[in-house]
Amino acid sequence: MLRIVFHRLLQTLVVVFALVSFTFVAVRLVPGNPFVSDKALPEHLKATAEKTFGLDGTWGEQYVIWWRSVLTKGDFGPSTSLFGRSVNEIIVQSFPTSLLLGLVAMTIALLIGIPSGVLAALRKNSMIDYGSMVFAMAGICIPGFVLGPLLQLWLARNSTFFNVAGWESPADILLPAITLGVGVAAYVARLTRGGMLDILSQDFIRTARAKGVPTFTILRRHALRPALLPTVTFLGPAFAAIITGSFVVETIFMVPGMGQHFVTAVTSKDYFLLQAMVLFYGLLIGGANFLVDVAQAAMNPRLRDAN
Amino acid sequence: MRIAKALPTLLFALLIGSCDNRSSVEQSTEEGIFVVGNSNEPKGLDPHLVSGVLESNIIGALFEGLAVQDPVKDGDALPGAATSWSSNEDFTVWTFNLQPEGKWSDGVPVTAHDFVFSYQRLLHPELPAKYSEMLYFIKNAEDYNKGKNPDPNSIGARAIDDHTLEITLRGPIPFLPEITKHYTWYPVPRHKVLEFGEIATPFTDWTDPGNMVSNGPFQLKSWRPTHHIEVERNPYYWDAKTVSLNGIRFLPIGNPYTESRMFLDGQLHMTYTLPPEMIPYAQEHIPNMLRQEAYVGVRFIRCNTLRKPLDSPLVRRALAIAIDQASLIDNVLQGGQLPATGITPPFGDYKPPAVVTYNPEEARQLLSQAGFPDGKGFPELKLLTNDKDSARRNAEAFQAMWKDNLNINVRIEQREWTTYLELQYTSDYDLADNGWIGDYLDPTTFLEMWSEGNGNNNTNWSSKEYEAKLHLAENTADPAERLRILAEGESILLEDIPVIPIFWYTTNYLLRPEVKGWSPLLLNNHPLKFVRLEATAEQP
Repeated sequence: MLRIVFHRLLQTLVVVFALVSFTFVAVRLVPGNPFVSDKALPEHLKATAEKTFGLDGTWGEQYVIWWRSVLTKGDFGPSTSLFGRSVNEIIVQSFPTSLLLGLVAMTIALLIGIPSGVLAALRKNSMIDYGSMVFAMAGICIPGFVLGPLLQLWLARNSTFFNVAGWESPADILLPAITLGVGVAAYVARLTRGGMLDILSQDFIRTARAKGVPTFTILRRHALRPALLPTVTFLGPAFAAIITGSFVVETIFMVPGMGQHFVTAVTSKDYFLLQAMVLFYGLLIGGANFLVDVAQAAMNPRLRDAN
Repeated sequence: MRIAKALPTLLFALLIGSCDNRSSVEQSTEEGIFVVGNSNEPKGLDPHLVSGVLESNIIGALFEGLAVQDPVKDGDALPGAATSWSSNEDFTVWTFNLQPEGKWSDGVPVTAHDFVFSYQRLLHPELPAKYSEMLYFIKNAEDYNKGKNPDPNSIGARAIDDHTLEITLRGPIPFLPEITKHYTWYPVPRHKVLEFGEIATPFTDWTDPGNMVSNGPFQLKSWRPTHHIEVERNPYYWDAKTVSLNGIRFLPIGNPYTESRMFLDGQLHMTYTLPPEMIPYAQEHIPNMLRQEAYVGVRFIRCNTLRKPLDSPLVRRALAIAIDQASLIDNVLQGGQLPATGITPPFGDYKPPAVVTYNPEEARQLLSQAGFPDGKGFPELKLLTNDKDSARRNAEAFQAMWKDNLNINVRIEQREWTTYLELQYTSDYDLADNGWIGDYLDPTTFLEMWSEGNGNNNTNWSSKEYEAKLHLAENTADPAERLRILAEGESILLEDIPVIPIFWYTTNYLLRPEVKGWSPLLLNNHPLKFVRLEATAEQP
């Protein structure tokens, strides 16, 4: 088991390292530089700016200096697009917001997804089943940039409770969280339904039914736990994806989270910020997948032995 | 377990938050806080390091130049950090008398030395200041900035005493007070800048809340990145009695559709912009809140005059007059823009030459003269544009007009912002759709960029005759004569047409009726000290 853990950990680290290195080169190959703007910057001032940010060395030097600073001091460098702010500062300020939004979105996803999946499985081929599966399909198909504005127009414009956008009152978290959570809820519902159908047709459930155990107790005591295994496997990466993939939702609802920095780092060629974002997101997604792999290995002896 | 315990508190908070029936902007009106959409997170607040419009909106609230924009009349200057000013006969030496009561927001007096320090800082060869060019009007400024003269005291800005500033220019500039309204001419607090670094140390913490002091009507109160920036009244401001607002809240709303929805939901007093698709809706439903105002800016298409067949003025002219500007404005832009007959938009006493007007028949003849009858043999050109949806729509309109009128094919190349800019700076394009916004109300802000070697020219075009006109104008003290020479210069530019003018800008935005003291201004540089909020019954 320890060997698997070690092996997977190493794989994750190698992948993340390769990812960051690739980004380092790719962003420098694209035409443009961090200091280009709609007013021309004279050459001598561009040189000054490059020197200020330590971008005057060769790519190899910059690469080594950056990794050394990250690994020894935990310092990701300065932002070149937000003057005077360090990348660490930007991550520390914006990550908690993304995390909070992700947690609420996940909670909403589970609260909608699991009950509708269970209901659909219990009433297989009924209107409830079709209804929740149509909802699930819609949830998967409708992207955030459509759902978000619709919620703004339907819910926020017609009530004083919701704001269209902003991050001022506690209620402001709900609309972006719903927008983010619905897609995940749809997947959760489908996975739960599948898992539930699988378990409900098994002998031990039939035995319980024959003994006269009420349906709710069967669900609670016997079926739910094994039926949710595929869902749980999905949740790790899904959570990482919710936190990292929220750029669109953050922009629509003006959420001061991390997603927007990722995108503006690319468009403004903010090298240090982009490298740090890729590293951070890489570790987050890699870490989530790593945990799932380890959990699967721990739960499934066949997988464990195969390694 | 902890979450379960926190849940009732959260619900209670939600309930309390929803009890007030007033919209948030109505509450802000009562508190005297002006809430405005401001597009994006500012790159910074150091007036010497930024170059964008959204930064200038905030800096304009915090700082004040020697002269202040009149709230109603374009081109008029009111006393700002200076009570009065005068110049010698040929407008080359100016003396500004500073406010005796002028203070920074920490109570330290604003002196002429602060101004001299500021100009020496902005021009310092080691400070990566994009806008240093704005001070090149001052004698020896360019040489110092480019490292040709190492002595900062050679710059023509001198403190005669604490409250008298003398500025010596490189040539006559009758409109200097107009230029001093631009934020590059604002003072920065010497004592604070030096507290956090040397004169040329960029990106220090002096602009952080708690550290930053300013000399304008407002001071920095709070700054939560990508959330808001709020400014509050500066108690030490010399003209504090005129200031009506208690504060201004700038929101970095990157998505213009979200911004209009927030406005309609009562979260904002004013939007930064209004997407073209929303203009008809606003015209129908909230005409009293829609503002469509002239703005000194021009949209144009740069031609790379080194590339064939764009090296031929006939071809460039054909391309220019084959564009139906009015149709583009009516059907695509819908923002009340004006067809650009030249580069410089009309303002003040300047009479821009009207050279470019839509004429498809003549365009075909010109193309034929250039050797491409009915577009035959004309190579496919690439039109570079940025990655915005609006840019794509405009480019498609040009593409269709050129195809219909000249029977030539143009391919659209959309590139993200920095790549799009870099391709122009390196002249790696055929045609490039771009724009320019004036920094001050004088034609030179639109004409100097086309001179040889100017970093913003990028067309590879130059003309000795054109340069001669600019040079002559620079040394002409008579204002009317000067403008006439500049108009002649612009005619030369437009005859050769390395750049195709398309339309003159307007600003389209939404403004609530509670906002008073807000008049259309060509430079959109509204002096915020005159703005008031008064509750009204009108609602969007």
